[in-house]
Amino acid sequence: MKFETVIGLEVHVELKTQSKIFSSSPNAFGDGPNENVNPKDLGYPGTLPVLNEEAVNYGMKAALALNCEISPYTVFDRKHYYYPDNPAAYQISQDEFPIARNGWIEIEIDGEKKKIGIERIHLEEDAGKLIHTDDGSLVDYNRQGTPLIEIVSRPDIRSPEEAYLYLTKLKSIIQYTGVSDVKMEEGSLRCDANISLRPVGQEEFGTKIELKNLNSFNFVREALEYEEKRQAKILSEGGSLEPETRRYDEKAKKTFLMRVKNVEEDYRFLPDPDIVPLTISEEWVERIRQEIPELPDARRKRYVEELGLPEYDAGVLTSTIEMAEFFEETVKHGADPKQASNWIMGEMSAYMNKHQKELPELAITPEGLAKMIGLIKNGTISSKIAKKVFAHLVENGGDPEEYVKREGLVQISDEGELRNIVNQVLDENEKSVQDYKDGKKKALGFLVGQVMKATKGQANPQMVNKLLQEEIEKR
Amino acid sequence: MELTKEEIQKVAENARLHLTDEEVEKYTKTTNEMINHVQKLLELNTDDVEPTTHGNTVKDVLRNDIPKRWEDRDQIFKNAPDHEDNQFKVPALID
Amino acid sequence: MSLSNYTIKQVEEMLKKGEISAQELVDLSYKQIEKVDGEIGAFLSLNEEKARGQAKQLDEEKAYKGKLSGIPGAMKDNIATKGMATTCASKMLENFDPLYDATVVEKTGEAEAIMIGKVNLDEFAMGSSTETSAYKKTKNPWNTDYVPGGSSGGSAASVAAGEVMFSIGTDTGGSIRQPAAFCGVVGMKPTYGLVSRHGVVAMAPSLDQAGPITRTVEDNARVLEVIAGYDQRDMTSVKKDVPAYSENLTQDIKGMKIAVPKEFLSDGVDAEVKEAVENALQMFELLGASWETVSLPHIKYSDAAYYAIAYSESASSLARYDGVRFGHRASEFSDVIDMYKRSRSEGFGDEVKRRLLIGTAFLSGDMNEQIFRKAQKVRTLIKRDFQAAFEKFDLIIGPTTATPPFKLGEAIEDPLQLQTSDMLAVPANLAGLPALSLPCGFTESGLPIGLQIIGNHFDEQKIYNAAYAYEQATNHHKKRPVIGGAEV
Repeated sequence: MKFETVIGLEVHVELKTQSKIFSSSPNAFGDGPNENVNPKDLGYPGTLPVLNEEAVNYGMKAALALNCEISPYTVFDRKHYYYPDNPAAYQISQDEFPIARNGWIEIEIDGEKKKIGIERIHLEEDAGKLIHTDDGSLVDYNRQGTPLIEIVSRPDIRSPEEAYLYLTKLKSIIQYTGVSDVKMEEGSLRCDANISLRPVGQEEFGTKIELKNLNSFNFVREALEYEEKRQAKILSEGGSLEPETRRYDEKAKKTFLMRVKNVEEDYRFLPDPDIVPLTISEEWVERIRQEIPELPDARRKRYVEELGLPEYDAGVLTSTIEMAEFFEETVKHGADPKQASNWIMGEMSAYMNKHQKELPELAITPEGLAKMIGLIKNGTISSKIAKKVFAHLVENGGDPEEYVKREGLVQISDEGELRNIVNQVLDENEKSVQDYKDGKKKALGFLVGQVMKATKGQANPQMVNKLLQEEIEKR
Repeated sequence: MELTKEEIQKVAENARLHLTDEEVEKYTKTTNEMINHVQKLLELNTDDVEPTTHGNTVKDVLRNDIPKRWEDRDQIFKNAPDHEDNQFKVPALID
Repeated sequence: MSLSNYTIKQVEEMLKKGEISAQELVDLSYKQIEKVDGEIGAFLSLNEEKARGQAKQLDEEKAYKGKLSGIPGAMKDNIATKGMATTCASKMLENFDPLYDATVVEKTGEAEAIMIGKVNLDEFAMGSSTETSAYKKTKNPWNTDYVPGGSSGGSAASVAAGEVMFSIGTDTGGSIRQPAAFCGVVGMKPTYGLVSRHGVVAMAPSLDQAGPITRTVEDNARVLEVIAGYDQRDMTSVKKDVPAYSENLTQDIKGMKIAVPKEFLSDGVDAEVKEAVENALQMFELLGASWETVSLPHIKYSDAAYYAIAYSESASSLARYDGVRFGHRASEFSDVIDMYKRSRSEGFGDEVKRRLLIGTAFLSGDMNEQIFRKAQKVRTLIKRDFQAAFEKFDLIIGPTTATPPFKLGEAIEDPLQLQTSDMLAVPANLAGLPALSLPCGFTESGLPIGLQIIGNHFDEQKIYNAAYAYEQATNHHKKRPVIGGAEV
């Protein structure tokens, strides 16, 4: 029997506001345990929540970037569950009236564009963190109250690869809006997946399995792939599945049962009487919409259509807003778009990967890169020398022209001077000259190399080529 | 809509209360009395009635995003039954 | 001299004239507590050292500029007081220091009131006799065989016994008005959102309001104008200027239109109570007001709606007591879940457990929709009844309670009376309306009876005016209980 895979994703994204969503404690990552808490964050009796406007703004911004409709009326609810990291024993979340609904993300799979629906986005508070030791568990409430949005997809995803693409796109869009760091390794983006299989052609969904502990997009894909196979095997053998929650073990590359869900968890929802409803006007929505920068898809299209970049380049350059903005600035400073793209995708990305650095940490500026590309174009430096210049700029910044002059890296383009060097090289390498004349064209490459060596790489390569051929002819 | 003793045990689980057999007996009775008492609400037709979820009609209250550290942070463990390394301590949780 | 002989305004004048000092006032308060509280049992803890220090400072400054300067007051022990235990009369919060002050505590403090101590209540404000307190039984100052009412029983008793001049209580379903009625004092539950709930330990957050209990109407108005007002720490707090209720007081209530719901004087109401209320209505007529019997058709559902909403919200609000960050933790348990269950079972008393179970049931499964959400819709209908009445009438008047005070250990058994009592108390909370209780007579056996005046939202001034006119025209407020053979 052939099966169709149905996947839905629930993504939690932490919003990087200055203070928490319902208390004025700092919202910061990496501080000492319980440094950013106050009585409200500890669930002290008599404390009350007060909604942070910026959390609403950020939530709206993300929702609009994900093509959602913003609800004109939104309510916060108490979602009850007991756990030491949940100090009030209820999480403030949204049930009936979430802040946004009906969005979508477009992905491209096998050259086809596909829209994945977003059912809803709601605002809620994050919980504290538990550390497990041998003789007990320790609770740090710093994270308690960090604003979160939960983005619930429709069950439109049909393969683990689609899930991966959806997540990559979602992360990129949110990253563009600037409302979150979207770093899975720091927990500012977290993902749970639901997966079920049904016989091809069947309308109703199969038994849903929830997957947890998915710590990277690759692991999401791997876990779903494993789960797809596991479920297909059971179903093809005539077995049946029970609704359950499974955790992915990255090392074993397998999913393991956490708990069977014979009944849906009852959260005993209650509209929070402490938090008054919020109405959101058209004007407010428009104001936030204006603040959203041009998003990756639009930029990618523009790079291809207006700047003549290949699709691949446009895709890579728009994967983060920092890279896209760096690229655009470089072009604005007069660089040829394709050259700019080559340097950013090539040397610059390699440097960042090698040194584990983010773009804003690099010393090189778009202006510097543009100038350097200009120096190559006008023949001041060779591409080979440019790599040396780049290596300097990326670490130290500054003006490439000055550096080139200071270090004496200017390309030798003086014909008379070069012709002398060429003849000198030819004199010293008579065998190669003869080889070339005998038809061994490879010998020319060797001779070029010798000229470059003699000029410490500063000779204009095109000119060297031309002069070598001319002088060999004469002999 | 009455609850059985087993169902009260489940409710007690959700209320995180430990009940003796005697208490299960007692609270099954009091809970069912109350459930029966509030049944009279069902006499009313409320099809087109909006619920009142809050104590008044105030809405749209927002706070500026200004972080503030709590001055008395050094006291946070004053009421804590158990703590260690600046964290609240609970029995081991296996997740 | 006794604190009961003076109003706050009179004391203010005496302080300014140098006829009395804040230290003497505080001394009077602690002397009276020493004398009678062994019998009355209103106080759970005293703030003596700090209170005396504050009084000394006021006397040194001699400005007495605060609206409650030097006035001894008490806080119900479910109101957060920094550095001072706030127990909610529960073992769960024994010795609990909230580490912050409630807004009402800050406000009375800024008005230079002196906080004498914290007073008893039903555990987590759940009860109507103060008998569910885990710490002590408070007695009715008029007859110590009787309960003071509840849940703000300590607040009402402390004022009636002349221990303090005002006491802040909280009212979720009658918890200020009913004990005020039982103790023969004046208690006001303000409009929802008028007084900040920041620092008031939640019972049912959509119904809870803090308010003053005092000996006279004028004192009550004075305390309310101090504790009322917008607070940005409470989202449900209303942005509105607070009138100077006590300065605006007038006895002129000519032309005032009063509605008396027939449901408030049904068969469930005790004959002596009914008679006292009817006499009061005659007095209002004499004062130039008119009254008419009306019907509030949905009021008979108010007790059921109240139980469904209040118990559900309570179950939610009290879920946080888990013995992790504060509160009682059991000494023996097998794992975390067991720790939660044992800590809560040991920390909470019977009445709290009863309500938590019912509230949890109401929020669970199908009952969430069928009972809890249904009750929220019925609440809308009840609100509409009041809206309609206030289109034609200025105030709604009835008894505060269906019965006079009952004896300790003898909760009202008659279901009709119980239901009527709830029906009198809870509608004002469901509709968020201000409602006041003031003495309107005594039973033959000498127990106080309370008259309830309900106003439209933010019509506290109208309520105070009517109450003031009535009080000044009658002598009930001049009567004093006798404790230990001496009049208070």
